[in-house]
Amino acid sequence: MGYPHKPHAKETALLSKHFGDPDARTYKGWAKRGGYETWKQAQTMAPAAITDVVKESGLRGRGGAGFPTGLKWSFMPKEKKKPHYLCVNADESEPGTFKDREIMRWTPHALLEGTLIAMRAIQAEVGYIYIRGEFTEPYAIMEQALAEATKAGVLGGHKIHLHRGAGAYICGEETAMMNSIEGKRGNPRIKPPFPAAFGVFGMPTTINNVETLAAVPHILRQGAAWYKAMSLSNPKSTGTKLFSVCGHVRLPGNYEVTMGFPLKDLLHELCGGMRPGRTLKACIPGGSSVPILNREESEGCLLDYEGCVEKGTMLGSGGVIVFDDSADMVYQIMRLARFYAHESCAQCTQCREGTAWTTKILERILAGQGKMADLDLLLDLSDNMTGKTICVLSDSCAAPVVSGIKKFRTEFEDYIAGRKQPVMVA
Amino acid sequence: MSAVETQEYAPVFTGKTLERLQEILTRYPTKQAALLPALWLVQGERGWISDRNMVEVGEVLGLTPAYVKGVVTFYTMYHQHPVGANFVQVCTTSPCNICGAEDVVKALLAHTGAKELGATSPDGQWTVIEVECLGACGFATPVLVNDDFVESVTPERVPELVRKYK
Repeated sequence: MGYPHKPHAKETALLSKHFGDPDARTYKGWAKRGGYETWKQAQTMAPAAITDVVKESGLRGRGGAGFPTGLKWSFMPKEKKKPHYLCVNADESEPGTFKDREIMRWTPHALLEGTLIAMRAIQAEVGYIYIRGEFTEPYAIMEQALAEATKAGVLGGHKIHLHRGAGAYICGEETAMMNSIEGKRGNPRIKPPFPAAFGVFGMPTTINNVETLAAVPHILRQGAAWYKAMSLSNPKSTGTKLFSVCGHVRLPGNYEVTMGFPLKDLLHELCGGMRPGRTLKACIPGGSSVPILNREESEGCLLDYEGCVEKGTMLGSGGVIVFDDSADMVYQIMRLARFYAHESCAQCTQCREGTAWTTKILERILAGQGKMADLDLLLDLSDNMTGKTICVLSDSCAAPVVSGIKKFRTEFEDYIAGRKQPVMVA
Repeated sequence: MSAVETQEYAPVFTGKTLERLQEILTRYPTKQAALLPALWLVQGERGWISDRNMVEVGEVLGLTPAYVKGVVTFYTMYHQHPVGANFVQVCTTSPCNICGAEDVVKALLAHTGAKELGATSPDGQWTVIEVECLGACGFATPVLVNDDFVESVTPERVPELVRKYK
């Protein structure tokens, strides 16, 4: 449902069905709703059989990368020689994204059930749920749910621990997250080795996003074919997806729709459209790390992995940021660059220097001291920041800058030519 | 720059806090992995993490003080100096920014008397900082007051919020 709003007829509520219902948070309430039944079923299945169902369903990672989940699980060693680990990525920090928070707040047991099933599939005894430090309420709710599930004896010999982050966006990058769990600075690692070979504590590890795992019990219960059939456009994108919509829409919230749903309908129908008297100017459909779409592109975009690529952007985490005609794109792009500059772990020069200088140049333009050559300089910088670093934080900073200059160039030029009053002080 | 403690050092990890750390240690195959939780315990007890605290954490977990400091300085939620009794974090990243987050910051600075970002109000009660994305973009503007996550804060709601924590 479009939490915090009433469900819309065009939504397909699987994961969000119980959002807003405090009774579903409790173990008893969850059990009444069929909770942990699928986990019981999974315990009778061979690990490889569970992986096969998920593979067949077409489920792809909901954290941003969209990597096929079953395939990821199948990379784990079949013959177990060392301890295996599952890390659950609940470090939701991508600007525009607030879906995992809702899953943990309202259906903590759905996440635990999916986690347990995944642990069986990859033969992990221990799982860590890495929750960002600022998520105090979801942490407390997950802690309570874990205590209840442990007391009820549903964990079946598996151990799940919560690990609280401490304010670092980069820890949402899977190798940085493993370092953080190990008690280190959250610096991403060079790959290979990949986590399935050398993960947390040097052991075979799988990292999955909260939403991905919350979908797993539904797939196992209702079958791969049922899940796969939920696809409105491209058969490579299946199931439902939670879209967190924020910014200039009348009804911001989390909306769950079938893959391939038109972005236009999401914005203008489910979210109630723009505020009175305002029109859509731009939209970032997959969290701040993906290229910005202009109005025309947004209104023609289908929300699945391929549909977004077709428009030159990505589905990412499904964090939809909406800008109406009142938005100052130059200022907002500067804010996004500042975010990445703040969150850079500073290991790679291109990122450490590139994010900081991108921000400084944008601030200079906003202070009325930019030069026309700054736009080419920003594009040149962005080119040096793309595909050249250990992780993609640097690329993510470049995405809104490059697409922003391309699509809203006159707004930059207005500041530089003095047609627009400076909004910052140099 | 870290503030300097002048009083004789009282260890954090004694009694109940030590017991909690020992329980945490059972969750991980290495002692080092308990570092982030141990630092949370220190901050919970003392409100911030001093250089002397870092030495103690290092002693308890078998890590050098320099290593511990390297980790403390990486994570922005660990305070390396004392902060106001009420620590307020306001999201001002783009999604909240376009919904008026900077006006919320201004209102908070004015009503708390903190005046300047990162500074503590003269009565020691308030420190207000801007933070990057709090992960609640649909509930602009989210504000974290100590451990309380407050959604949909507007400049109009600020006086009431400040009164609640006074």
